[in-house]
Amino acid sequence: MERRTRTDSFIEEVSAIPGGEGIRLCIQCGTCTASCPNADSMDHTPSQLIAMTRAGMKEEVLSSNAMWHCLSCYLCTVRCPRGIKQTDLMHAFECLSVREGLSHGRTLTPAMYRSFNDFVYSLGSLPEAGFITWYYLLTNPLRAIRLLPMALSLRKRGRLTIRARRLTPEGTRQLRAILDKAEELGGVS
Amino acid sequence: MRYYAYFPGCSSSEGGAKAYGVSAQAVSKALGIELLELDDWNCCGSTPYSSFEELASFCLSARNLALAEKTGLDLVTPCSSCYVILNRANSYLKQYPDLKAKVDESLAAGGLEYKGTVRVRHLLDIFVNDIGYDTISATVKKSLEGLKVAPYYGCQLVRPSFGFDHPEMPESIDKLIVSLGGETINFPKKARCCGGSLIISEEDLSLSLIGKVLKSALDNGAECIITPCPLCQTNLDAYQKSADKRFMTSFNLPVLFFTQLMGVAFGLVERDLGLKSCIVPAETVLGKYL
Repeated sequence: MERRTRTDSFIEEVSAIPGGEGIRLCIQCGTCTASCPNADSMDHTPSQLIAMTRAGMKEEVLSSNAMWHCLSCYLCTVRCPRGIKQTDLMHAFECLSVREGLSHGRTLTPAMYRSFNDFVYSLGSLPEAGFITWYYLLTNPLRAIRLLPMALSLRKRGRLTIRARRLTPEGTRQLRAILDKAEELGGVS
Repeated sequence: MRYYAYFPGCSSSEGGAKAYGVSAQAVSKALGIELLELDDWNCCGSTPYSSFEELASFCLSARNLALAEKTGLDLVTPCSSCYVILNRANSYLKQYPDLKAKVDESLAAGGLEYKGTVRVRHLLDIFVNDIGYDTISATVKKSLEGLKVAPYYGCQLVRPSFGFDHPEMPESIDKLIVSLGGETINFPKKARCCGGSLIISEEDLSLSLIGKVLKSALDNGAECIITPCPLCQTNLDAYQKSADKRFMTSFNLPVLFFTQLMGVAFGLVERDLGLKSCIVPAETVLGKYL
Protein backbone atom coordinates (compact mmCIF):
# COMPACT_ATOMS: atom_id res chain seq x y z
CA MET A 1 0.00 0.00 0.00
CA GLU A 2 1.50 3.28 -1.07
CA ARG A 3 1.50 5.90 1.66
CA ARG A 4 1.15 9.40 0.38
CA THR A 5 0.05 11.42 3.33
CA ARG A 6 0.43 11.51 7.06
CA THR A 7 -1.86 13.59 9.23
CA ASP A 8 -0.99 13.24 12.90
CA SER A 9 -4.16 14.94 14.01
CA PHE A 10 -6.39 12.50 12.14
CA ILE A 11 -6.73 10.07 15.03
CA GLU A 12 -7.67 13.00 17.28
CA GLU A 13 -10.39 14.04 14.86
CA VAL A 14 -11.81 10.53 14.75
CA SER A 15 -11.65 9.86 18.46
CA ALA A 16 -13.36 13.19 19.24
CA ILE A 17 -16.55 11.93 17.57
CA PRO A 18 -18.95 10.25 20.03
CA GLY A 19 -18.35 6.51 19.77
CA GLY A 20 -14.98 7.05 18.05
CA GLU A 21 -12.82 7.25 21.17
CA GLY A 22 -12.26 3.48 21.28
CA ILE A 23 -10.01 3.53 18.20
CA ARG A 24 -6.87 3.62 20.36
CA LEU A 25 -7.84 0.32 22.01
CA CYS A 26 -7.68 -1.80 18.83
CA ILE A 27 -5.43 -4.88 18.98
CA GLN A 28 -5.84 -5.69 15.25
CA CYS A 29 -7.40 -9.09 15.93
CA GLY A 30 -9.57 -8.77 12.81
CA THR A 31 -12.84 -9.84 14.42
CA CYS A 32 -14.64 -6.86 12.86
CA THR A 33 -13.38 -7.74 9.39
CA ALA A 34 -14.27 -11.42 9.80
CA SER A 35 -17.78 -10.46 10.94
CA CYS A 36 -18.49 -7.91 8.22
CA PRO A 37 -20.94 -9.15 5.53
CA ASN A 38 -19.47 -6.72 2.99
CA ALA A 39 -15.75 -6.85 3.87
CA ASP A 40 -14.96 -8.61 0.56
CA SER A 41 -16.15 -5.63 -1.45
CA MET A 42 -14.23 -3.01 0.54
CA ASP A 43 -10.93 -1.65 -0.76
CA HIS A 44 -9.72 -1.59 2.85
CA THR A 45 -11.20 -3.86 5.52
CA PRO A 46 -12.63 -2.43 8.75
CA SER A 47 -9.54 -3.40 10.76
CA GLN A 48 -7.26 -1.94 8.07
CA LEU A 49 -9.13 1.36 8.32
CA ILE A 50 -8.34 1.48 12.02
CA ALA A 51 -4.65 0.73 11.45
CA MET A 52 -4.50 3.31 8.65
CA THR A 53 -6.16 5.93 10.84
CA ARG A 54 -3.59 5.33 13.55
CA ALA A 55 -0.88 5.69 10.92
CA GLY A 56 -2.33 9.09 9.99
CA MET A 57 -3.38 8.05 6.48
CA LYS A 58 -6.26 10.51 6.39
CA GLU A 59 -6.75 10.88 2.67
CA GLU A 60 -6.55 7.14 1.98
CA VAL A 61 -9.09 6.36 4.71
CA LEU A 62 -11.52 9.12 3.78
CA SER A 63 -11.48 8.31 0.07
CA SER A 64 -12.07 4.60 0.68
CA ASN A 65 -15.29 2.90 -0.41
CA ALA A 66 -15.31 0.79 2.76
CA MET A 67 -17.48 2.88 5.07
CA TRP A 68 -19.99 3.41 2.25
CA HIS A 69 -20.39 -0.37 2.04
CA CYS A 70 -21.10 -0.58 5.78
CA LEU A 71 -24.65 -1.84 6.39
CA SER A 72 -24.86 -0.69 10.01
CA CYS A 73 -25.60 -4.29 10.99
CA TYR A 74 -23.51 -3.78 14.14
CA LEU A 75 -22.06 -7.34 14.16
CA CYS A 76 -18.53 -5.92 14.47
CA THR A 77 -19.60 -3.67 17.33
CA VAL A 78 -21.14 -6.42 19.45
CA ARG A 79 -18.22 -8.77 18.81
CA CYS A 80 -15.21 -6.48 19.32
CA PRO A 81 -13.22 -7.85 22.28
CA ARG A 82 -12.01 -4.32 23.07
CA GLY A 83 -15.47 -2.77 23.05
CA ILE A 84 -14.73 -0.55 20.05
CA LYS A 85 -17.83 0.83 18.38
CA GLN A 86 -16.70 -0.01 14.87
CA THR A 87 -20.03 0.96 13.28
CA ASP A 88 -19.76 4.43 14.85
CA LEU A 89 -16.24 4.67 13.43
CA MET A 90 -17.64 3.92 9.98
CA HIS A 91 -20.19 6.71 10.42
CA ALA A 92 -17.42 9.02 11.62
CA PHE A 93 -15.33 8.21 8.52
CA GLU A 94 -18.35 8.92 6.34
CA CYS A 95 -19.05 12.30 7.95
CA LEU A 96 -15.38 13.34 7.75
CA SER A 97 -15.16 12.13 4.17
CA VAL A 98 -18.14 14.32 3.21
CA ARG A 99 -16.70 17.30 5.10
CA GLU A 100 -13.34 16.92 3.32
CA GLY A 101 -14.98 16.43 -0.08
CA LEU A 102 -13.46 12.97 -0.52
CA SER A 103 -16.65 10.92 -0.94
CA HIS A 104 -16.31 10.79 -4.68
CA GLY A 105 -17.29 8.46 -7.42
CA ARG A 106 -16.50 4.90 -6.38
CA THR A 107 -19.85 4.13 -4.81
CA LEU A 108 -23.36 5.53 -5.18
CA THR A 109 -24.11 5.31 -1.46
CA PRO A 110 -23.17 8.95 -0.69
CA ALA A 111 -25.52 10.16 -3.44
CA MET A 112 -28.28 7.92 -2.07
CA TYR A 113 -27.77 9.21 1.47
CA ARG A 114 -27.70 12.80 0.21
CA SER A 115 -31.04 12.38 -1.58
CA PHE A 116 -32.50 10.93 1.61
CA ASN A 117 -31.18 13.76 3.75
CA ASP A 118 -32.39 16.49 1.38
CA PHE A 119 -35.96 15.33 1.93
CA VAL A 120 -35.60 14.90 5.69
CA TYR A 121 -34.16 18.40 6.00
CA SER A 122 -36.79 20.12 3.90
CA LEU A 123 -39.90 18.13 4.89
CA GLY A 124 -39.05 16.49 8.22
CA SER A 125 -40.22 13.22 6.69
CA LEU A 126 -39.10 10.75 4.06
CA PRO A 127 -41.44 10.19 1.11
CA GLU A 128 -40.00 7.02 -0.40
CA ALA A 129 -41.16 7.64 -3.99
CA GLY A 130 -39.72 11.15 -4.04
CA PHE A 131 -36.48 10.06 -2.48
CA ILE A 132 -35.85 7.24 -4.96
CA THR A 133 -36.77 9.45 -7.93
CA TRP A 134 -34.48 12.23 -6.72
CA TYR A 135 -31.66 9.72 -6.22
CA TYR A 136 -31.96 8.40 -9.78
CA LEU A 137 -32.12 11.90 -11.22
CA LEU A 138 -28.90 12.72 -9.37
CA THR A 139 -27.11 9.55 -10.41
CA ASN A 140 -28.38 7.81 -13.51
CA PRO A 141 -31.90 8.52 -14.80
CA LEU A 142 -31.67 5.62 -17.28
CA ARG A 143 -31.36 3.10 -14.46
CA ALA A 144 -34.75 4.25 -13.18
CA ILE A 145 -36.44 2.56 -16.12
CA ARG A 146 -35.28 -0.83 -14.88
CA LEU A 147 -37.03 -0.15 -11.61
CA LEU A 148 -40.36 0.64 -13.18
CA PRO A 149 -41.85 -2.88 -12.83
CA MET A 150 -40.94 -2.87 -9.13
CA ALA A 151 -42.47 0.58 -8.65
CA LEU A 152 -45.69 -0.49 -10.37
CA SER A 153 -45.98 -3.65 -8.32
CA LEU A 154 -45.48 -1.67 -5.09
CA ARG A 155 -47.96 0.96 -6.27
CA LYS A 156 -50.55 -1.73 -7.06
CA ARG A 157 -50.36 -2.95 -3.47
CA GLY A 158 -50.68 0.51 -2.00
CA ARG A 159 -47.03 0.66 -1.02
CA LEU A 160 -45.81 3.59 -3.08
CA THR A 161 -47.35 6.82 -1.85
CA ILE A 162 -46.56 9.89 -3.91
CA ARG A 163 -47.77 12.48 -1.42
CA ALA A 164 -45.37 13.16 1.45
CA ARG A 165 -46.39 13.27 5.09
CA ARG A 166 -46.06 16.89 6.21
CA LEU A 167 -45.37 18.29 9.65
CA THR A 168 -47.49 21.25 10.79
CA PRO A 169 -46.11 24.60 9.57
CA GLU A 170 -44.95 25.35 13.16
CA GLY A 171 -43.33 21.92 13.40
CA THR A 172 -41.51 22.42 10.09
CA ARG A 173 -40.26 25.85 11.19
CA GLN A 174 -39.17 24.49 14.55
CA LEU A 175 -37.26 21.57 13.02
CA ARG A 176 -35.60 23.89 10.48
CA ALA A 177 -34.50 26.26 13.28
CA ILE A 178 -33.00 23.36 15.23
CA LEU A 179 -31.15 21.89 12.23
CA ASP A 180 -29.88 25.29 11.09
CA LYS A 181 -28.54 25.98 14.59
CA ALA A 182 -26.82 22.58 14.55
CA GLU A 183 -25.17 23.42 11.25
CA GLU A 184 -24.03 26.76 12.61
CA LEU A 185 -22.44 25.00 15.60
CA GLY A 186 -20.47 22.76 13.25
CA GLY A 187 -19.73 19.12 13.98
CA VAL A 188 -20.09 17.19 17.19
CA SER A 189 -16.50 17.80 18.21
CA MET B 1 -55.47 -0.19 29.12
CA ARG B 2 -51.75 0.60 28.83
CA TYR B 3 -50.67 3.83 27.16
CA TYR B 4 -47.53 4.54 25.17
CA ALA B 5 -46.26 7.43 23.07
CA TYR B 6 -46.03 6.04 19.54
CA PHE B 7 -43.42 6.81 16.91
CA PRO B 8 -44.48 4.98 13.73
CA GLY B 9 -41.53 6.09 11.60
CA CYS B 10 -41.89 7.20 7.98
CA SER B 11 -42.35 3.82 6.31
CA SER B 12 -44.99 2.50 8.75
CA SER B 13 -47.03 5.70 8.66
CA GLU B 14 -47.40 6.84 5.04
CA GLY B 15 -44.72 4.74 3.37
CA GLY B 16 -44.25 1.26 1.98
CA ALA B 17 -44.84 -0.45 5.34
CA LYS B 18 -48.27 1.09 5.96
CA ALA B 19 -49.62 -2.42 6.64
CA TYR B 20 -47.16 -2.65 9.53
CA GLY B 21 -48.55 0.50 11.14
CA VAL B 22 -52.15 -0.58 10.61
CA SER B 23 -51.63 -4.10 12.00
CA ALA B 24 -49.51 -2.77 14.89
CA GLN B 25 -52.38 -0.53 15.98
CA ALA B 26 -55.01 -3.26 15.60
CA VAL B 27 -53.01 -5.93 17.44
CA SER B 28 -52.13 -3.46 20.20
CA LYS B 29 -55.83 -2.70 20.73
CA ALA B 30 -56.56 -6.42 21.01
CA LEU B 31 -53.91 -6.64 23.75
CA GLY B 32 -55.22 -3.66 25.71
CA ILE B 33 -52.56 -1.23 24.48
CA GLU B 34 -53.26 2.30 23.30
CA LEU B 35 -50.53 3.67 21.02
CA LEU B 36 -50.82 7.48 21.09
CA GLU B 37 -49.05 8.85 18.02
CA LEU B 38 -46.56 11.56 18.95
CA ASP B 39 -47.80 14.93 17.67
CA ASP B 40 -45.79 16.37 14.80
CA TRP B 41 -42.89 13.92 15.04
CA ASN B 42 -40.10 14.13 12.45
CA CYS B 43 -38.11 11.50 10.58
CA CYS B 44 -35.36 9.95 12.77
CA GLY B 45 -32.84 10.52 9.96
CA SER B 46 -31.91 6.83 9.96
CA THR B 47 -28.41 5.80 8.83
CA PRO B 48 -28.12 8.42 6.01
CA TYR B 49 -28.23 11.40 8.36
CA SER B 50 -25.75 9.90 10.85
CA SER B 51 -23.44 9.26 7.92
CA PHE B 52 -23.44 12.89 6.79
CA GLU B 53 -24.12 15.28 9.65
CA GLU B 54 -23.49 13.85 13.13
CA LEU B 55 -24.74 16.81 15.14
CA ALA B 56 -27.85 17.37 13.04
CA SER B 57 -28.65 13.65 13.20
CA PHE B 58 -28.59 13.76 17.01
CA CYS B 59 -30.82 16.85 16.86
CA LEU B 60 -33.40 15.06 14.69
CA SER B 61 -33.74 12.44 17.43
CA ALA B 62 -33.55 15.00 20.24
CA ARG B 63 -36.59 16.87 18.91
CA ASN B 64 -38.62 13.65 18.95
CA LEU B 65 -37.33 12.78 22.43
CA ALA B 66 -38.20 16.26 23.71
CA LEU B 67 -41.73 15.95 22.30
CA ALA B 68 -42.09 12.49 23.85
CA GLU B 69 -40.82 13.70 27.22
CA LYS B 70 -43.81 16.05 27.48
CA THR B 71 -46.15 13.03 27.37
CA GLY B 72 -44.43 11.31 30.30
CA LEU B 73 -44.83 7.98 28.49
CA ASP B 74 -42.39 5.42 27.09
CA LEU B 75 -41.72 6.07 23.40
CA VAL B 76 -42.53 3.00 21.31
CA THR B 77 -41.58 2.40 17.69
CA PRO B 78 -42.24 -0.59 15.42
CA CYS B 79 -39.24 0.24 13.20
CA SER B 80 -35.87 -1.30 14.00
CA SER B 81 -33.96 1.59 12.45
CA CYS B 82 -35.89 4.28 14.36
CA TYR B 83 -35.34 2.13 17.45
CA VAL B 84 -31.55 2.19 17.11
CA ILE B 85 -31.32 5.83 16.04
CA LEU B 86 -33.52 7.15 18.88
CA ASN B 87 -31.92 4.86 21.46
CA ARG B 88 -28.40 5.72 20.36
CA ALA B 89 -29.10 9.46 20.59
CA ASN B 90 -30.79 8.99 23.93
CA SER B 91 -27.84 7.15 25.45
CA TYR B 92 -25.13 9.32 23.83
CA LEU B 93 -26.78 12.49 25.14
CA LYS B 94 -26.30 11.07 28.64
CA GLN B 95 -22.80 9.80 27.94
CA TYR B 96 -21.24 12.82 26.20
CA PRO B 97 -21.77 16.18 27.97
CA ASP B 98 -20.16 18.21 25.14
CA LEU B 99 -22.54 16.68 22.63
CA LYS B 100 -25.46 17.30 24.99
CA ALA B 101 -24.52 20.99 25.30
CA LYS B 102 -24.56 21.48 21.52
CA VAL B 103 -27.79 19.56 21.10
CA ASP B 104 -29.37 21.58 23.92
CA GLU B 105 -28.36 24.81 22.23
CA SER B 106 -29.84 23.64 18.92
CA LEU B 107 -33.08 22.48 20.57
CA ALA B 108 -33.35 25.86 22.29
CA ALA B 109 -33.37 27.52 18.86
CA GLY B 110 -36.66 25.69 18.35
CA GLY B 111 -37.92 26.48 21.84
CA LEU B 112 -37.48 22.92 23.10
CA GLU B 113 -35.52 21.24 25.84
CA TYR B 114 -34.78 17.61 26.62
CA LYS B 115 -34.01 16.50 30.17
CA GLY B 116 -33.29 12.88 29.28
CA THR B 117 -36.11 10.98 30.96
CA VAL B 118 -37.61 9.13 27.98
CA ARG B 119 -37.29 5.38 27.51
CA VAL B 120 -37.22 4.27 23.86
CA ARG B 121 -38.66 0.83 23.22
CA HIS B 122 -39.50 -1.45 20.34
CA LEU B 123 -43.09 -2.57 19.88
CA LEU B 124 -42.02 -6.22 20.12
CA ASP B 125 -40.43 -5.51 23.52
CA ILE B 126 -43.76 -4.09 24.72
CA PHE B 127 -45.69 -7.12 23.51
CA VAL B 128 -43.43 -9.81 24.95
CA ASN B 129 -42.25 -8.10 28.14
CA ASP B 130 -44.99 -5.69 29.23
CA ILE B 131 -47.90 -7.83 28.04
CA GLY B 132 -46.25 -11.26 28.03
CA TYR B 133 -46.53 -14.49 26.09
CA ASP B 134 -49.32 -15.85 28.32
CA THR B 135 -51.64 -12.94 27.57
CA ILE B 136 -50.75 -13.16 23.87
CA SER B 137 -51.57 -16.87 23.94
CA ALA B 138 -54.86 -16.18 25.69
CA THR B 139 -55.83 -13.66 22.96
CA VAL B 140 -55.39 -16.20 20.15
CA LYS B 141 -58.67 -17.09 18.41
CA LYS B 142 -57.26 -19.22 15.58
CA SER B 143 -54.22 -21.20 16.60
CA LEU B 144 -51.53 -21.27 13.90
CA GLU B 145 -51.08 -25.00 14.43
CA GLY B 146 -48.95 -26.62 11.77
CA LEU B 147 -47.64 -23.35 10.32
CA LYS B 148 -43.86 -23.30 9.97
CA VAL B 149 -42.66 -19.74 10.50
CA ALA B 150 -39.10 -18.40 10.20
CA PRO B 151 -38.50 -15.58 12.71
CA TYR B 152 -36.28 -13.08 10.94
CA TYR B 153 -34.89 -10.57 13.45
CA GLY B 154 -32.55 -8.70 11.13
CA CYS B 155 -29.93 -6.51 12.78
CA GLN B 156 -31.05 -3.38 14.50
CA LEU B 157 -33.73 -4.86 16.74
CA VAL B 158 -30.99 -6.69 18.62
CA ARG B 159 -27.74 -4.86 17.75
CA PRO B 160 -26.04 -2.91 19.20
CA SER B 161 -27.81 -4.27 22.24
CA PHE B 162 -30.14 -1.91 24.05
CA GLY B 163 -30.92 -4.61 26.58
CA PHE B 164 -33.64 -6.35 24.63
CA ASP B 165 -32.86 -9.92 23.57
CA HIS B 166 -29.53 -11.50 22.61
CA PRO B 167 -27.54 -9.68 19.90
CA GLU B 168 -26.77 -12.83 17.89
CA MET B 169 -29.05 -15.61 19.13
CA PRO B 170 -32.32 -13.84 19.89
CA GLU B 171 -35.40 -15.81 20.94
CA SER B 172 -38.27 -13.37 21.47
CA ILE B 173 -39.92 -13.86 18.07
CA ASP B 174 -39.41 -17.64 18.28
CA LYS B 175 -41.35 -17.65 21.55
CA LEU B 176 -43.97 -15.34 20.05
CA ILE B 177 -44.59 -17.79 17.20
CA VAL B 178 -44.99 -20.64 19.68
CA SER B 179 -47.43 -18.59 21.76
CA LEU B 180 -49.55 -18.13 18.61
CA GLY B 181 -49.66 -21.91 18.20
CA GLY B 182 -47.25 -22.00 15.26
CA GLU B 183 -43.98 -23.84 14.77
CA THR B 184 -40.78 -21.77 14.83
CA ILE B 185 -37.99 -22.53 12.38
CA ASN B 186 -34.45 -22.22 13.62
CA PHE B 187 -32.28 -20.92 10.79
CA PRO B 188 -28.68 -19.68 10.89
CA LYS B 189 -29.36 -16.33 9.20
CA LYS B 190 -32.13 -15.25 11.54
CA ALA B 191 -30.20 -12.27 12.90
CA ARG B 192 -27.97 -11.51 9.90
CA CYS B 193 -28.21 -8.53 7.59
CA CYS B 194 -30.69 -8.29 4.67
CA GLY B 195 -28.55 -5.71 2.87
CA GLY B 196 -30.38 -2.71 4.26
CA SER B 197 -30.69 0.47 2.23
CA LEU B 198 -27.65 -0.48 0.13
CA ILE B 199 -30.15 -2.37 -2.04
CA ILE B 200 -30.60 1.05 -3.67
CA SER B 201 -26.97 2.06 -4.16
CA GLU B 202 -25.12 -1.29 -4.21
CA GLU B 203 -27.76 -3.70 -5.48
CA ASP B 204 -25.42 -6.62 -6.14
CA LEU B 205 -24.06 -6.67 -2.59
CA SER B 206 -27.48 -6.52 -0.99
CA LEU B 207 -29.11 -9.03 -3.34
CA SER B 208 -26.55 -11.61 -2.35
CA LEU B 209 -27.42 -11.09 1.34
CA ILE B 210 -31.16 -11.25 0.59
CA GLY B 211 -30.59 -14.53 -1.25
CA LYS B 212 -28.67 -15.99 1.70
CA VAL B 213 -31.38 -15.12 4.22
CA LEU B 214 -34.18 -16.53 2.03
CA LYS B 215 -32.21 -19.69 1.28
CA SER B 216 -31.42 -20.23 4.94
CA ALA B 217 -35.11 -19.94 5.87
CA LEU B 218 -36.30 -22.17 3.04
CA ASP B 219 -33.65 -24.84 3.58
CA ASN B 220 -34.79 -25.16 7.17
CA GLY B 221 -38.40 -25.74 6.22
CA ALA B 222 -40.02 -22.33 6.52
CA GLU B 223 -43.39 -21.71 4.88
CA CYS B 224 -43.26 -18.00 5.59
CA ILE B 225 -41.05 -15.40 7.26
CA ILE B 226 -41.97 -12.77 9.82
CA THR B 227 -39.94 -9.70 10.68
CA PRO B 228 -40.07 -6.61 12.94
CA CYS B 229 -38.38 -4.25 10.44
CA PRO B 230 -39.86 -2.34 7.45
CA LEU B 231 -36.63 -2.41 5.46
CA CYS B 232 -36.08 -6.14 6.04
CA GLN B 233 -39.65 -6.83 4.91
CA THR B 234 -39.23 -4.74 1.76
CA ASN B 235 -35.91 -6.31 0.84
CA LEU B 236 -37.02 -9.92 1.38
CA ASP B 237 -40.46 -9.44 -0.19
CA ALA B 238 -40.15 -6.85 -2.98
CA TYR B 239 -36.69 -8.01 -4.09
CA GLN B 240 -37.47 -11.73 -3.85
CA LYS B 241 -38.10 -11.93 -7.60
CA SER B 242 -34.79 -10.20 -8.34
CA ALA B 243 -33.05 -12.67 -6.02
CA ASP B 244 -34.79 -15.55 -7.82
CA LYS B 245 -33.54 -14.25 -11.15
CA ARG B 246 -30.00 -13.74 -9.85
CA PHE B 247 -29.62 -17.09 -8.09
CA MET B 248 -31.94 -19.17 -10.32
CA THR B 249 -34.19 -20.03 -7.41
CA SER B 250 -37.94 -19.88 -6.85
CA PHE B 251 -38.26 -19.04 -3.18
CA ASN B 252 -41.95 -18.12 -3.13
CA LEU B 253 -41.76 -17.30 0.58
CA PRO B 254 -44.32 -14.82 1.92
CA VAL B 255 -42.74 -12.22 4.21
CA LEU B 256 -45.01 -10.69 6.84
CA PHE B 257 -44.64 -8.25 9.68
CA PHE B 258 -44.90 -10.07 13.00
CA THR B 259 -47.95 -7.93 13.80
CA GLN B 260 -49.73 -9.25 10.70
CA LEU B 261 -49.22 -12.85 11.79
CA MET B 262 -50.39 -11.98 15.32
CA GLY B 263 -53.46 -10.37 13.74
CA VAL B 264 -54.21 -13.56 11.79
CA ALA B 265 -54.04 -15.59 15.00
CA PHE B 266 -56.19 -13.00 16.81
CA GLY B 267 -58.86 -13.40 14.11
CA LEU B 268 -58.60 -9.84 12.80
CA VAL B 269 -60.00 -8.88 9.39
CA GLU B 270 -58.06 -7.88 6.24
CA ARG B 271 -58.67 -4.18 6.89
CA ASP B 272 -56.57 -4.55 10.06
CA LEU B 273 -54.04 -6.96 8.58
CA GLY B 274 -53.06 -5.49 5.22
CA LEU B 275 -52.02 -8.89 3.88
CA LYS B 276 -52.83 -7.69 0.34
CA SER B 277 -49.81 -5.42 0.50
CA CYS B 278 -47.43 -8.40 0.38
CA ILE B 279 -45.71 -8.77 -3.00
CA VAL B 280 -45.30 -12.52 -2.56
CA PRO B 281 -48.93 -13.48 -1.86
CA ALA B 282 -49.47 -14.61 1.72
CA GLU B 283 -52.92 -16.12 1.21
CA THR B 284 -51.68 -19.43 -0.21
CA VAL B 285 -49.85 -20.24 3.02
CA LEU B 286 -52.20 -18.50 5.46
CA GLY B 287 -55.49 -19.39 3.72
CA LYS B 288 -56.61 -22.01 6.20
CA TYR B 289 -56.09 -19.66 9.15
CA LEU B 290 -58.03 -16.76 7.67
